[in-house]
Amino acid sequence: MTTTETPDTLSRILDYSSRADPYPLYAELRETPVARQEDGNYVVSTYREITDLLHNPHLSSDVRNLSHPLEAAEGQTTPAFINLDPPEHDRLRRMAMRHFGPPHTPGLVTGMEGDLTATVGALIDGFAGKEQIDIVDDFAYPFPVAVICHLLGVPREDEPRFHVWVDAIVNSIDYNPRIDPKEKLENGVQARKDLQQYLGGLLEQRHGRPGDDLLTRLANDDGPDGRMTDDEIVATAHLLLIAGHETTVNLITNGMLTLLRHPQVLGRLRDDPGLVVPLVEELLRYEPPVHIIPWRAAYSDITVADTVIPKGSRIILMLASGSRDPKRFHDPDRFDPDRRDIQHLGFGSGIHLCFGGPLARRETQIALTELVRRLDRPRLVADPPPYRRSPVLRGPIHLHVEQG
Amino acid sequence: MTSADNLRAFKRAGRIVVVGASLAGLRAAEALRDEGFTGSLTMIGDESAEPYDRPPLSKQVLTGWVSAGNTTLPRRRDIDAEWLLGVPASGLDLAANHVRLADGREVPFDRVLISTGVRARPWFVESEAALDGVFVVRTREHAESLQRALAAGPSRVLVIGAGFTGSEIASVCRERDIPVTVAELAPAPLVGALGAMIGEVAANMQRAHGVDLRCGVKVTRLEGDAQGHFRRAHFDDGSTIDADVAVVALGGIRNTEWLRGSGLAAGPWGIACDTGCRALTLDGLITDDIFAAGDVARCPNPVYEYRLISLEHWANAVEQAGVAAHNMVSGQAERWPHLSLPVFWSIQFGVNIKSVGVPTFADEVVVAQGSVSDRRFVAAYGYRGRVTAAVSFDNAKWLDHYRQLIETAAPFPPPSPTPDQPVDTKPVPVDFPGPDLLAQGATVVVTGNDPGERRVTAVQQHHR
Repeated sequence: MTTTETPDTLSRILDYSSRADPYPLYAELRETPVARQEDGNYVVSTYREITDLLHNPHLSSDVRNLSHPLEAAEGQTTPAFINLDPPEHDRLRRMAMRHFGPPHTPGLVTGMEGDLTATVGALIDGFAGKEQIDIVDDFAYPFPVAVICHLLGVPREDEPRFHVWVDAIVNSIDYNPRIDPKEKLENGVQARKDLQQYLGGLLEQRHGRPGDDLLTRLANDDGPDGRMTDDEIVATAHLLLIAGHETTVNLITNGMLTLLRHPQVLGRLRDDPGLVVPLVEELLRYEPPVHIIPWRAAYSDITVADTVIPKGSRIILMLASGSRDPKRFHDPDRFDPDRRDIQHLGFGSGIHLCFGGPLARRETQIALTELVRRLDRPRLVADPPPYRRSPVLRGPIHLHVEQG
Repeated sequence: MTSADNLRAFKRAGRIVVVGASLAGLRAAEALRDEGFTGSLTMIGDESAEPYDRPPLSKQVLTGWVSAGNTTLPRRRDIDAEWLLGVPASGLDLAANHVRLADGREVPFDRVLISTGVRARPWFVESEAALDGVFVVRTREHAESLQRALAAGPSRVLVIGAGFTGSEIASVCRERDIPVTVAELAPAPLVGALGAMIGEVAANMQRAHGVDLRCGVKVTRLEGDAQGHFRRAHFDDGSTIDADVAVVALGGIRNTEWLRGSGLAAGPWGIACDTGCRALTLDGLITDDIFAAGDVARCPNPVYEYRLISLEHWANAVEQAGVAAHNMVSGQAERWPHLSLPVFWSIQFGVNIKSVGVPTFADEVVVAQGSVSDRRFVAAYGYRGRVTAAVSFDNAKWLDHYRQLIETAAPFPPPSPTPDQPVDTKPVPVDFPGPDLLAQGATVVVTGNDPGERRVTAVQQHHR
């Protein structure tokens, strides 16, 4: 099942010129579900094979199990649970989840709904009198950032500081030594250090203090697994801060873009706000915020689709391609909020299933419902809009919309 | 219903009766409407309440977190049915095509779905079962009254039977800080379903949570006081225990008695069907208009050598309901087989236990990943060198991998290593309790010599 033409396809996908529409290239990739690349990496692009791998206990998320070191992981000191395997992953995720979701904190997301709606409302109030708005800068970015800051206990006024770091970190995720300047990687490494130092500083003040934010609760945890070390808390907060705002921005923006491209659906949503629930699920399939899991490691030889992936290989999982796999979804390139068979890969699958998924869902549901309800005849200024660099966390960098 | 015209006419204006208005019955009714069935739909149920969900009854309802009344099943769509609730069906006449109700009414049908499920096996001495403080848990009312008894703060609860329901109830008692004794005839809890290795893990877990677990013993007598309240239980080893509440958790009895004399292959083991949920006659011939789904159905599973398997699992009821409904309104060529692997879950002592496949269809078991001592692991089951089932303790997210191993008849034991490597990776015998514990006895006799005369007759059942 190995071919020689596919490396081109992956390179073309990673190339910025295909950012606005990578889907035809995904279709090309899927012709070889498990494709060995010239550099020995494996690209997996079909739904069945991706889910098989995500549930396979021989697939490792720990960079130390790769035979060739990963440049993009440089400068990582204490890994967060997203980059760990069981049992360490399970322990750390469990300790974080204690303060975020069921069974110990079941009402957290539901309890935030009032605040979410108020934040969204205030941002839309700010559109008043503007003929043109940028859905990203004026709305989809400030909203989840405010939410994650509040949740973590990170002062919102520090946003300009950590925004620079987060940008550099996200930029370095897909660092490719063959084509990217070394600077891109070094900026990421430095930004990681700076962000960690910043979070460590915040954490210092939280020990022994009461408070509802995640940093304070983790700093003073007395659960059955004990307490995370300060390094573990910083790594966890680092992960949640980045994941909590770089992904939801894209989901909301992709959502608005998709609605503007499907005016009938937009109209239906305006008349029937209940439609937003299946609509956001379909969005997670059709235009997900995370397109690629850039690396996993074969802990031992793994057989998938009759291909043996040797121990130590790097595996690249094309989630967004899997969610458009015609062998899994009927008419996959159609945006259909009435789709009932909707087990998308928008939040991944298996033990690393998106930690913040329930929050991202609710944020996006509220954001899209309110945008559609309150914008007056919104129209796209440019289609396609300009995109961010990253092929991994993919979304528009601006989405200019006219109204009125 | 052979020609396409007949099928179309049936879909438009036929009569479907669903006997058994619980999870399988409701989901089948919804699926029938989804499939475009516009004829008349009648739902018959012996309980007077609307369909409700049972898994919480031995869990969240008993802890008091969810009230028994709040377990009504969500409706996925309008089904426009006539509901005949509160009266059980008492007979099925395949010649006249009607269901008889206990109050004498007759309900005619073109096709019928039987989803009458299971009821709790009562304590074998009626007068002792009637004592105040002796409970079973199957219905909403059962759970509500047991919850009240637990809330009253009993000095001790005795749970008879350490299967899933019994173990979950013991777990609730400990969560509510109520002293609890569990009596089990087998050598360990859960052993009948999951074998000796998991049984030992479950036993350790119960004891670690302060359960007074007594295995290999039989409760012989429940003793009441002058007011008719349960006070003491006697064991076959001569010992006794004082308690205010006894919960009889000895499994279920399939509700098939009403089908006696109907000519269907129905007995204590359920209603034998094909994979399309069509019922078999007593002679083992397939019927066209009689379908069964849920706990009461007993279907062959090709993955397990086509053995007939009945499952009291939530997911099985839902899946069979969908398959049965589809097949009830489809022609022969469009019919679906019910081929999904069994899945069930339990929550007890803070641990999520989940299983895929048929663990009893195994000769060996191995810890495939995780740590048994931490009670976070996956155990894989094998039969003659292939994977046939897996059970997880707080590791459910891996089970899809094992489902795939089962579906592809992957070799057992599965290959190691994984990052979360168990201490011991040597398979051990699965060790289920002997036939004495599981035997049901003969249920039919065959008569006649000529191939045209060979017939099966049901043996009259007498319940213990």
